[in-house]
Amino acid sequence: MRMLIALIAGMLFGAGLTLSGMTDPHRVRAFLDIFGDWDPTLAFVMGGAIIPMAIAWRIQRRAERPFADASFALPDTVKIDAQLVLGSILFGVGWGLGGLCPGPAVAGLALAPIAVAPFLASLLAGMALHRLTSR
Amino acid sequence: MIAAFPPAQPLAGLIGGLMIGGAAAILLLGLGRIAGVSGLAARAIGLADTGAPRPVAIAFTLGLPLGAAFVALLAGPVEARYPASLAALIVAGLLVGYGTRLGSGCTSGHGVCGLSRLSRRSIVATVLFIASGVVTVATLRVEGWM
Repeated sequence: MRMLIALIAGMLFGAGLTLSGMTDPHRVRAFLDIFGDWDPTLAFVMGGAIIPMAIAWRIQRRAERPFADASFALPDTVKIDAQLVLGSILFGVGWGLGGLCPGPAVAGLALAPIAVAPFLASLLAGMALHRLTSR
Repeated sequence: MIAAFPPAQPLAGLIGGLMIGGAAAILLLGLGRIAGVSGLAARAIGLADTGAPRPVAIAFTLGLPLGAAFVALLAGPVEARYPASLAALIVAGLLVGYGTRLGSGCTSGHGVCGLSRLSRRSIVATVLFIASGVVTVATLRVEGWM
């Protein structure tokens, strides 16, 4: 049951990314290209995604537990630390350079597997590097 | 289409965004988890020691390309214009992989789930990664690399 819910959520997420053009690196870079040919589509995607989630958070606050699991497992860190700042800046540089973030890159396996493969391989290498260096 | 920004797809963006937010809402209210792709993908592949149960992370991560394939099947070929430079893609991947793990999230976890929760950490993260993305693209333009 839990795997089915996760699979459905993943499929809906991947379908939404694809339908909104977010699996097209050129379109994502065009959102970041405010001094060039700016394309605001990503702002509509972000805005659209925040609507159901804002409602979901309101429901979550009153819920005792999720409907298919024992308890909520949510981040409770509040500190704005150097890792958050540096990590987000590095991520942004890579995002601008490639036009890809993790969701569209994984979804891209079904759309442009050969084009996305080098990015995905180095994405995993980057994650592995963080794991090795943070121990 | 917006007259001032010919390539923009506000309606498709909004509908796709609602689907993404709906998916994140299902994960939150169904399984009590944040739909953060960097964390779930790392967990699925075995590069994270904490987080969602592995079967859940694997199912969600596999769902992403399945959902994409579904749209491509129904709507026809999906545009995917990748940067021409292989070196740029490889460096980009390293930065995105390392950066999202160090910063505990990406566009989905901080951008969608965190912003809608009004998390201060996620607001800071989202402002920073958009700003550094804008500076990166502007730099590429100035240097004539795009």
